[in-house]
Amino acid sequence: MANIKELSKLPERLGPGHRLCSGCGASIAVRQVLMGAGDSAVVVGCATGCLEVATTIYPYTAWNVPFIHNAFENAAATMSGVETAYRALKKQGKIKKDIKFVAFGGDGGTYDIGLQSLSGALERGHNFVYVCYDNGAYMNTGIQRSGATPTGASTTTAPAGKASSGKPQLRKDLTAIVAAHRIPYVAQCSISNWNDLVTKSQKAFAAEGPAFLNVLALCHRGWRYPQENGVAIAKLAVETCFWPLYEIENGKKYKINYKPKEKKPITEWLKSQGRFKHLFKPGNENIIKSIQEDVDAEWEYLIKRSEL
Amino acid sequence: MTKTIVPLTGDQAVAEAMRQIEPDVVAAYPITPQTEIVMTFSQFVADGRVKTEMIPVESEHSAMSACVGSAAAGARTMTATSANGLALMWEIVYIAASTRLPIVMPVVNRALSGPINIHCDHSDTMGARDSGWIQIYAETGQEAYEHAILAIRIAEHKDILLPVMVCQDGFITSHAVEGVEIFDDAGVKNFVGEYKPQMTTLLDTDKPVTYGPLDLQDFYFEHKRQQAEAMKNAIDIIPSIMQEFNKTFSCDHKIVEEYMMDDAEAAIVVLSSTAGTAKSVVDSLRAKGLKVGLVRPCLFRPFPKDYIIKAVSKVKIAAVLDRAESFSGCGGPLFSEIKSAMYDSKQKPYLLNYIFGLGGRDIFPNEIENVYKEMFDILKTGSVRKQVNYIGVRE
Repeated sequence: MANIKELSKLPERLGPGHRLCSGCGASIAVRQVLMGAGDSAVVVGCATGCLEVATTIYPYTAWNVPFIHNAFENAAATMSGVETAYRALKKQGKIKKDIKFVAFGGDGGTYDIGLQSLSGALERGHNFVYVCYDNGAYMNTGIQRSGATPTGASTTTAPAGKASSGKPQLRKDLTAIVAAHRIPYVAQCSISNWNDLVTKSQKAFAAEGPAFLNVLALCHRGWRYPQENGVAIAKLAVETCFWPLYEIENGKKYKINYKPKEKKPITEWLKSQGRFKHLFKPGNENIIKSIQEDVDAEWEYLIKRSEL
Repeated sequence: MTKTIVPLTGDQAVAEAMRQIEPDVVAAYPITPQTEIVMTFSQFVADGRVKTEMIPVESEHSAMSACVGSAAAGARTMTATSANGLALMWEIVYIAASTRLPIVMPVVNRALSGPINIHCDHSDTMGARDSGWIQIYAETGQEAYEHAILAIRIAEHKDILLPVMVCQDGFITSHAVEGVEIFDDAGVKNFVGEYKPQMTTLLDTDKPVTYGPLDLQDFYFEHKRQQAEAMKNAIDIIPSIMQEFNKTFSCDHKIVEEYMMDDAEAAIVVLSSTAGTAKSVVDSLRAKGLKVGLVRPCLFRPFPKDYIIKAVSKVKIAAVLDRAESFSGCGGPLFSEIKSAMYDSKQKPYLLNYIFGLGGRDIFPNEIENVYKEMFDILKTGSVRKQVNYIGVRE
């Protein structure tokens, strides 16, 4: 359990001066995750994306910790190089202190183009934390669909139109894909549940070997909601079980960290965002029904896994 | 300085150089004909003969990505590749150079797909000639071994700080066994020295730095200008590093090798192993009284323009042999560079281009002899029928 008074005393790693949108989920996710590193020295890597372009416009940087951006699809491979260099130099006595490593990538850089690089780094067992800030589309390039875009969402490459109801396919279950690598620690979290997120980040940084956090990170530009509603909407994702909070240890032991007393209907989540607006037009009832069925089935499955 | 002659393939010779250099980190992926380098080196790691940490990555893209991370963290870093592997890492090859990370990468030249082919030509590294990497081409396994050692000092020089490709011909050099003179370990270690990164590294957590920032209209150009300046510095500094190497190890490395050029009338210009075959042709034609010579650029990036002018302007006619097509319709990449350099020469010999050996097609001494004969025919008639020609291809 994290203590907010203690957390408030921690150094600010992502300093003021970044140019992310107000209410951006990515910067909230980064700050909560980095709180989990406590006062350890930490090196940050980042995939190309909003977080990178908005925090490092030369000659300025918003990072108060060492930071490396390489390209879009290779944040995990890049950090595997940094972490290996650390082990090599530490073994030779050239580095004395303990350093933690964390890489951030959006859903495009993680679910899609960076999946191979991530998989390789996890399989090789590098001691680092990978954080996917999942806002469900390629927001940096202008809201294009990704493997993380939920069914029915309207994006600029799978827009709703007369002959389309947004993305027809299901979202990839990245958390399960990562868990299949049987790494020490995998967790799904949401910025709305800060205590859960920071606690999971602490566990991730403490793990011996790779750890992965999939963080639901809002984007009001892409999701189309008033920016001040962000945290409440993230909370709805959890309360409707669209985004359950759970963790998996060593690829096997599933634990649900939060079970809503009463699971809210998915329509509450869908209604909160403009990207799903078209689903409420007459004739689309079946799509909403199937989204609800999918969420229910996934939730049931998760409960069963956690009881194994 | 002691030297031991060991029977080694070109790949093994480079792996031996890597053992002696003992980089902190090697990230690599298998690809024919480079694989033997990483296999041999992996065994050195497995046997505890080096302190290097290996990253057995899942692709060449990740190999170069991990190298960028490792080098930015302040580790002496190497990888090795060929052909499609180099193509896959292309994006990061440019990033490594523009981040000014002194990574050294042996490249075993192989034809780039498609169609897929595993044998030698220079399409892979010629494609990467504008990536900002220094490129050195070896004629023999011996030279590839020595270039790998030399490359460390070039890459890490404070006024250069650019990555280096150490190229040798796939199979022809990489898999042929020759007696390679291996220097003693202490001599090599002493020559390369302990690595001291010139920039603040990622692991210096007390001095946080940002690597790879977004560089827009207001600064990108200046950074590219600095990169171009580093390449210019390289052409000035490499001779002194070579000189020190030659003195230390009793060698005779040159930026551009001239063979029998003093009184030559006709010369062939060619990279890598084909120069060996061509030299034997020069010897046999010289025995018949023909004034022929050979020019072999060892350095291709930065392009040794002044050295080329000095060498090529000695002859009345020169034929540039390219082991790569550039599909410009005007000849291969080496030809274009040499033709461009010779525009600034007072003496302007006739220049011909012969494209040869694509996809590992053998080139024979009689074919090289024909090139010399054609040059003498042109000198007699004074007319060039065809500037760009192909050797050993069915047309």
